[in-house]
Amino acid sequence: MEHSSEVDTALTALARDHSGRVLAILASRFSSVDLADDAVQDALIRAHERWPTDGIPDNPGGWLMTVAGRRAIDLQRRTDAATRQLRSSAPELDMDPNEPSANEPLIDDIGPAIDEQLRLMFLCCHPALSPDAQVALTLRLVGGLTTEEIAAAFLVPRATLAQRVSRAKAKIRTAGIPLAIPADPASRVDVVLSVLYLVFNEGYLSHGDVVDRVDLCDEAIRLTGLVRELLPDSAESHGLAALMAFHRARRASRFTADDEIVLLDEQDRTRWDFEEIQAGNAHLQQAMRLQTPGRYQVQALIASYHANARTHDDTDWTRIVALYDQLRAMDRSPVVALNHAAAVAMADGPLAGLRLLEDIDGLDDYHLFHATRAELLHRSGDPNAAVVAWTRAAALTDNPAERRLIAARMATAEREV
Amino acid sequence: MEYMILAHSEEANGPGPGDPGFEEMMGEWMAYNQRLIDGGHWVSGASLAPSVTATKITKGDADVTVTDGPFMETKEMLGGYYLISAKDLDEAIELATAIPIPVGTIEVRPVAFRPDADHG
Repeated sequence: MEHSSEVDTALTALARDHSGRVLAILASRFSSVDLADDAVQDALIRAHERWPTDGIPDNPGGWLMTVAGRRAIDLQRRTDAATRQLRSSAPELDMDPNEPSANEPLIDDIGPAIDEQLRLMFLCCHPALSPDAQVALTLRLVGGLTTEEIAAAFLVPRATLAQRVSRAKAKIRTAGIPLAIPADPASRVDVVLSVLYLVFNEGYLSHGDVVDRVDLCDEAIRLTGLVRELLPDSAESHGLAALMAFHRARRASRFTADDEIVLLDEQDRTRWDFEEIQAGNAHLQQAMRLQTPGRYQVQALIASYHANARTHDDTDWTRIVALYDQLRAMDRSPVVALNHAAAVAMADGPLAGLRLLEDIDGLDDYHLFHATRAELLHRSGDPNAAVVAWTRAAALTDNPAERRLIAARMATAEREV
Repeated sequence: MEYMILAHSEEANGPGPGDPGFEEMMGEWMAYNQRLIDGGHWVSGASLAPSVTATKITKGDADVTVTDGPFMETKEMLGGYYLISAKDLDEAIELATAIPIPVGTIEVRPVAFRPDADHG
């Protein structure tokens, strides 16, 4: 018997590294996502049952393809038999989905299966599905995460998540959402990338009891890597990968040992991950070579100016403001306008930033709008107004670390009143 | 697969018979219908009389009431429908998008069961 933690690691790797690809291949071959999903799930259960005693196979991907493939044939036979109502003439119906025997060769190389994986990804991110369902399906079917893992990562009850997935699968079936590469893939890549960006942000912003939680940032980066591999000509895919890399590079410096937030200007830049920044720079260069600008690339460029500045004072705020101007032309969301105003305040002073904040609509319930305003009011020499704005910000966030940071800033302002 | 396409748009904005532009408008609709027929998508379709002509029947446990209406708060009204055959949702979306209403909301719903369908 192998060491159990080694088997656990191998089982997790099996799900993450191979199940999405095997599922994609079987879904295409049998024209059914449901059947492919059932077959892969059964094979994964089989691995959990057998590997602790039988040992880890030399070729886990081939093992999964073989066992799941056999299970899929079995399930297909059952379905066919049921429709033909010829159960008695199909004696092999009750056969067990055995693990590959010694005399049956494993499938050695399951191949990259790029078309199959793309079809599955476009299916999971079909615009006819709700954004919540797109995220859940992508992580579950493409990413190989379990329902429990996704539920825990998004802090929703397992039953809610399971229902979300089964409703989405029912819609795929009933509404006839095709397992196909769309006629105009470029128009649909945006949805795929927005799903991955959502997953990343959920992982990046929610901090706290990270124990036992799947790291959503790592998953988003891994799946974005897959999209880059599948669609190397999509500049925005490389842009999003760069953006994620720059953000992840700052991970170690974003919180103190006591889980207190450290803002960008006070972060210890020697703790930024230089290799990750280099990776971000490389992704960004790859994106720019394709000469198809987009909002992820502009955001990545902004992040690169932060990531590549040696100190906070070295930051090229004028260039960053210019990039935010570009971004605002592509994305009219008020959050972009808020970030633009914050950058202008760094380049031209707090009053210039405050003037821009006055023109922003729709963020009255967003705590970072009031926190930014409070910070700028404080810096402009109006601690009274800053305290009012900090109070509003505090009332709008549930995140304990953010509340503590706001309380500390508010205390500083109160001392100056 | 079969899909019901329900087209909702603002009423009484288009030209009436004899008005300038009427022929062009009808031409667009006829071309769209022909496209459905030529592509083997046509099952049925109709445009509806204005919503002021609608009658609402409410069935309760014991009684049935008939009233004028229904009148919705929204400006967009159900103006017509198509029942089409398409290979999947993407094709249905493409055909529904091509409906010649300039502005409006189009709902695409898969047909669960149609008793007079050819079961082949």
